[in-house]
Amino acid sequence: MLELVVISTLNGVLYGMLLFLMASGLTVIFSMLGVLNFAHASFYMLGAFFGFQISRWFGFWPALIFAPLLAGAIGAAVERFGLRRVHRNGHVAELLFTFGLAFAIEEIVSIIWGKVPVDFRPPALLDFPAFTIFSTNYPAYKMFMLAISIVIFIGLLLVLKRTRIGLIVQAALTHPHMVGHLGHNVERIFMLVFGVGTALAAVAGVIAGPSLVTQSNMAAMLGPILFVVVVVGGLGSLPGAFIASLLIGLVQTFAVSVNGSLASVFGPLGPDLAQSWLSDIWNVTIAQIAPIMPYLLLVLILIFRPMGLLGTRET
Amino acid sequence: MTDLASRVAPPRPALSDRLKFYGVWIATALTLLLLPQIFSSGGSLTTFSLVGISIIFALSYNILLGQTGMLSFGHAVYYGLGGFLAIHAINLLGANKWAIPLPLVPLIGGMAGLFLAALIGWVMTQRSGTAFAMISLGLAELVASSALILRTFFGGEAGISANRTKLFKVFGLSFGPQIQIYYLVAAWTLIAIIAMYALTRTPLGRMCNAVRDNPERVQFVGYDPHVVRYLAFCFAGFFAGIAGALAAINFEIANSAYLGAVQSGTVLFAAYIGGIGFFIGPIVGAIFVTILSLGLSDLTQVWQLYFGLFFIAVVLYAPGGITGLLMMHRPLIRAGMLSRMLPSYLIAALPTLALVTGLMLMIETIVHYTVNPHEDPYRKAFGIPFDAASPLTWAISAALIVGGFWLCRMAWARVGQTWDETLTAARAKVHAL
Repeated sequence: MLELVVISTLNGVLYGMLLFLMASGLTVIFSMLGVLNFAHASFYMLGAFFGFQISRWFGFWPALIFAPLLAGAIGAAVERFGLRRVHRNGHVAELLFTFGLAFAIEEIVSIIWGKVPVDFRPPALLDFPAFTIFSTNYPAYKMFMLAISIVIFIGLLLVLKRTRIGLIVQAALTHPHMVGHLGHNVERIFMLVFGVGTALAAVAGVIAGPSLVTQSNMAAMLGPILFVVVVVGGLGSLPGAFIASLLIGLVQTFAVSVNGSLASVFGPLGPDLAQSWLSDIWNVTIAQIAPIMPYLLLVLILIFRPMGLLGTRET
Repeated sequence: MTDLASRVAPPRPALSDRLKFYGVWIATALTLLLLPQIFSSGGSLTTFSLVGISIIFALSYNILLGQTGMLSFGHAVYYGLGGFLAIHAINLLGANKWAIPLPLVPLIGGMAGLFLAALIGWVMTQRSGTAFAMISLGLAELVASSALILRTFFGGEAGISANRTKLFKVFGLSFGPQIQIYYLVAAWTLIAIIAMYALTRTPLGRMCNAVRDNPERVQFVGYDPHVVRYLAFCFAGFFAGIAGALAAINFEIANSAYLGAVQSGTVLFAAYIGGIGFFIGPIVGAIFVTILSLGLSDLTQVWQLYFGLFFIAVVLYAPGGITGLLMMHRPLIRAGMLSRMLPSYLIAALPTLALVTGLMLMIETIVHYTVNPHEDPYRKAFGIPFDAASPLTWAISAALIVGGFWLCRMAWARVGQTWDETLTAARAKVHAL
């Protein structure tokens, strides 16, 4: 039991930190540009595939640096030539543009790399068990993922809270016009923030690629969960996104390891229920509903706290 | 004073206007009636049925997006649920020999959509805009994933099938042949179009537009935007359920793909490409997208990519959709000045075509190298053969893209200039009259 708790906590925090790497970029972009980038998970996928391709040619470590740079550059170009253009048609048009972009990126990736998973492996340097808990080997690569996530998290906090850049970004979150009047090029700030945000997503892609599955539907799998994170945390709230990411990461990993169902708990009370069409609900295990846990959380949050955990903004 | 009064209460339309109004509906009905006489092959009947279903679905989607300003990423949930309920209803009715004929089954699907929308809509429509879009996506994922878990009701990956011919028969119709299904779909399409058009004319329909344009002001006037959004949401769910039930009747099967993200995305594409600002827009979009997706898949392997790129192009350059582009020209036609625009359109069309051809050539060449690199490089796309391995092909493609892009910028700038001049002239002419 203790083994289960320790391993699940580790995995949950790991998954949560990965979610936060993406959600942080998404949240900063949303706060500044006012548009939820539907294609954010697509940049995560691009990061994973660029990482795979570059690591094949030059090795994993160059990939960790250049794949996010490349994805970030594409992101900045998307903002400059696409989003800025549709901006005058309102938020719905912006959202639709990123929706179409996500669709197109998925098609392009599946054309170039195929629909089956690619063989993206962790670097040889990190391909060993870091430690053994309760007879389970814990791979070093996962510790590396955790370390990178934490380093970026702390780095992001420092940049946002301690530097002049962070000051301007934070000011633009709340008072974009004032920042513009003070002589900062708000358009360029937007483009750079968009590029940095998508690069963050790509970092998550490069480090998650070898550990999770790198294939052309990975964006479609993760995208909706990302939006759950952002809505549950509260639209535009970075600390909220952090809490929601960890919460979802932990809830999902713990759910996977629980084998209980309604039948196993209340079984003796209602044996005849198992026969009706309700038998599905009766017999389904918590492990089986792990994938829909985030969405259940979303529904609960909507009913009891519609503005999200730490959200203040009513949109 | 009379001027003010006539503006407040519009006069009863003239007889000719009323004739024109009803004439459109009668013409639509006649077209639907006569269409299978002209194109009677099995393939075209199936296509027409699919187009009809997708028209209902796209119009129901537009109640949300176009009329009330709610961008939903999960509209397929109501469509899918309508489909599943219809299949279960057919099985149940057929097994018990109840006297409910097949033409009434879509109503059951509609009720299913309405029920689900009424159930979850209240929470969802509390917010609009971006938050609503995200929430609709999350709930759609919830339902679509649940469909794979609740196997008895949704049938898992295989889905649930039914036999539509086993039902109680009216007028001796068995609904086995496709032609009878076509007429069933056509009748429901006409009913649904008229009903949804009537909805836009009711006070509720007008309030929906007001909520879309300015919710604060609606609240100030004394209406609750939340309630208006909720009612619109319920109507959209109802009509989506009808469309889903018709699809289930057509295919005699419902599976989890009905509920999924692809279906939700397709209806969004159809409504937006057609033009969400006009009632006729989603109809145009549904016809266009259905025929395109059926036709393109024969012409090229990567039709979905073209589809996505086309959608992006519409969002970027024609936010009003196809209908919006056509409607833009109404003042010119009224002033009889459309011919002034034609030369610059023709000039702009050439480099645009070159650019598009170059891009298509590039995509198809890349597809050759990534999808099937060991096959014969002599490929065929859109019925035109080309050699993907030859440097000449690459050179042509590059030249078309670079040259086309450069000329496009100049040509379209000229179109814009001519447009401004012509529109000003047309307005002056109309005012002078």
